[in-house]
Amino acid sequence: MTTAPRALDVVVIGGGPAGIMAAVAARRHGASVALLDENPAAGGQVYRAPPPGFAREVATSSEQVDGDRLRALLAASGAMTLFAHKVWSVGFGFRIDAIGPDGPIALTAPKLIVATGTSERVVPFPGWTLPGVIGLAAATILLKSQRMLPGRATLVAGCGPLLVAVAAGIVKNGGRVVAVVDLDGPRDWLAPLPALMSRPDLLARGARWLAAIRAARVPVLLQHTLRGVREEGGGLRVTVGPVSVNRMPDAREERTFDADCVVVGHGLTPSTDVTRTLRARHRYDAARGGWIAETDEFGRATVPGLYVVGDGSGIAGAAAAEHHGELAGLAAVQDLGRPPSAVRSRQTASARKRYDKARRFGGAMAGLMAIRPAQVAAIAHNTIVCRCEDVTRGEIERAIDDGAREVNQVKAWTRCGMGPCQGRTCADIVGELVAQRVGGREAAGYFTGRLPLRPVSLEAVTGDYVYADIPIPKAAPL
Amino acid sequence: MSARFDVAVIGAGVMGATTALFLARGGMKVLLIDRGELCREASGVNAGTLTLHMTRAALIPYAQQGWRMWTTAEQWLGAGVDAVATAGLSVAFTDAEVAVLEKRAAVRREHGADIRIVDPQRALEVEPGLNPQVLRAAWCETDGYASAYLTGRAYRQALMQSAATILEQRRVVGIDAGAGGFAVRDETGSIAQATRVVLAGGVWLGEMLAWLGVTIAVKCLINQLIVTERMRPVMRTVLSVASGLLSLKQFRNGTVLIGGGWQGLGDPARGGVETIPDNLVGNMRLARWTVHALAEARIARIWLGLEAETADALPLLGQVPGVPGAYVIGSAHSGYTSGPYLGRLLAEHMLGHESAHPLFDPARLVGVPLPQ
Repeated sequence: MTTAPRALDVVVIGGGPAGIMAAVAARRHGASVALLDENPAAGGQVYRAPPPGFAREVATSSEQVDGDRLRALLAASGAMTLFAHKVWSVGFGFRIDAIGPDGPIALTAPKLIVATGTSERVVPFPGWTLPGVIGLAAATILLKSQRMLPGRATLVAGCGPLLVAVAAGIVKNGGRVVAVVDLDGPRDWLAPLPALMSRPDLLARGARWLAAIRAARVPVLLQHTLRGVREEGGGLRVTVGPVSVNRMPDAREERTFDADCVVVGHGLTPSTDVTRTLRARHRYDAARGGWIAETDEFGRATVPGLYVVGDGSGIAGAAAAEHHGELAGLAAVQDLGRPPSAVRSRQTASARKRYDKARRFGGAMAGLMAIRPAQVAAIAHNTIVCRCEDVTRGEIERAIDDGAREVNQVKAWTRCGMGPCQGRTCADIVGELVAQRVGGREAAGYFTGRLPLRPVSLEAVTGDYVYADIPIPKAAPL
Repeated sequence: MSARFDVAVIGAGVMGATTALFLARGGMKVLLIDRGELCREASGVNAGTLTLHMTRAALIPYAQQGWRMWTTAEQWLGAGVDAVATAGLSVAFTDAEVAVLEKRAAVRREHGADIRIVDPQRALEVEPGLNPQVLRAAWCETDGYASAYLTGRAYRQALMQSAATILEQRRVVGIDAGAGGFAVRDETGSIAQATRVVLAGGVWLGEMLAWLGVTIAVKCLINQLIVTERMRPVMRTVLSVASGLLSLKQFRNGTVLIGGGWQGLGDPARGGVETIPDNLVGNMRLARWTVHALAEARIARIWLGLEAETADALPLLGQVPGVPGAYVIGSAHSGYTSGPYLGRLLAEHMLGHESAHPLFDPARLVGVPLPQ
């Protein structure tokens, strides 16, 4: 009915560093490769390319340089690239259905490499769904793609390296940061330092970010958290207070700031929609961001022919992702049954070394981006947890009181996670809330993977047709 | 644990849960067991259509009673499933479909369904969202829809109040019939002793009946379901096409559910495994053809539900042939509508009460192969 799918050796979903290098490595050894990404160009989140037609002076930041290098490698590789394509369906075998600028397309390949990165975790607080409150990751998209400031007066809150990167990015682009509100204290930041020594270049970049924030005299509140955001006088009134894990929040310790934008993020969690849909086995690993597909070091998942690479297989950072992708691309070539080659063995050994080194750095940073169970436990009962369906923590707790023992039952009984984001935003929080009642994340489970991987319109999927084109199967019996 | 019960009901979908509920209310000590959670298979993931159009003709009187039970669930169950009573239209776009439509309606009328054939003008008055190219429609006032995902929650509260014991995430692997009743086993050994057992395992009933040495084939359909994001009101009835390959309704929250039994891949052992893109596209084309405004809808979620069907597409409802004290219920095509009534009937029968309608004796299906 739809046009015949195009057959390839390897399909890569996701055009960040992991996906790019997986495609490049597989292509280099003669595999036919297609790479799909919903963005207009390769690069992913960290190495995001400026939009077409947007003038950029010579690449200045190391991220721009790395991004341009990877994009050049992909362009020269001869891999088929399908940008601005939304993958809405994956099936075993594998079959990949996407909607692009020219309509629906379908691909098949015996090897599928998933490099879909992460999504941002926001631990809900009163006011987190207000207009003007956005994620750290969203702010990096604004800053990186078009050097756009998220607000005139921005408060930056949350935890992890993105917090510092965004605050510094706003300052560097001429914006005003009202305050940086960091969940962590000096000890949390110093703990990973020994491991970070493995990448002095990245460490130096972090130091430059901090220096930029300090030079702009931005108040930095350590071990503080957002107590709430409300609309007031056309702007946002932000209340912050010290982190109070084991004691009641004390209003006397609270401070308020006026802002027109609040940028907040509490770490990253791997995107597992494809591997959950394909029923790969997953395990919970808080230090690597949450639920992740079980893989070997080459990214091979428990479903034959399926590979997961980069941060989507567990947070390890963009630098590690590149090498991880290369390893999976080389493994896919081997698994296609190509004869052994000395070149490929050398490349594999070299990528292994680079990957292990970069992973140490990224793994250390991942700790700062892990979920904090106490922070989730402190969510107020009337705070919305699922923003698509307006489900509050109280409603989730009542479903558990009524006998829901795992997240899919909570989903059915509350509609939590049934909205357009398919639970991307709330899954980790709901999982933690259920886990705290039923004795652990494994018992609480994860949302069953469901298509479509991205919302698509009926018009786009069905295309032009007449009634006779619909292959109606045999009618049901009387 | 190996406690003693008057009855162990195995399978906690609508049929098993209703049987358990009315048996408990009738004074029996009831154990309800499920390998997963309450109403999480067909009973919780079906399209929620409460219709006579798709019900097998012989099941019409039962479906009418079931329809009444769903639309008054707050009264007898305590909590509802957001059931909405509205008209149902089954439509025809080709002459061949008109013929099927008229035949199906005539047979259903004989069994007591008030289904009338109407012209396009009348059909469009009933459903302004309908494609004006419709040739004929079958119109029935006894139709509607429920939010199937709420089923388990509604039943759980009622079951707890009736003092039934619920055992979830326990996979029964066998039943031993003995002198004083039955021993229900999981992989670790005996879970419970029960004077009677009720098998209510939907697509797994064939396997479960084999525990008692009875061979009845049960077909497993892997139905694909599609729901859209919330959208403006585009329809107000439940729509189907004459072939039965579409069911369409817009819930009060604005989402539109597209069903009709287009098949995906899977089996009883693994469940629904994979959707078939061409079948999804076919189902969506039929939906968009029927209500043009659906073109603008965005698909929010697609899932698979297992539906059981016997060789004659009518339920298993009654005593397990040759095994006194053992009963079976389930595997009715489009069984959600009639499900609660079938459960109540079986409970009434087991409690020795007079039933308003006869059961469907499973003996008729012993050794009968499934049609190709």
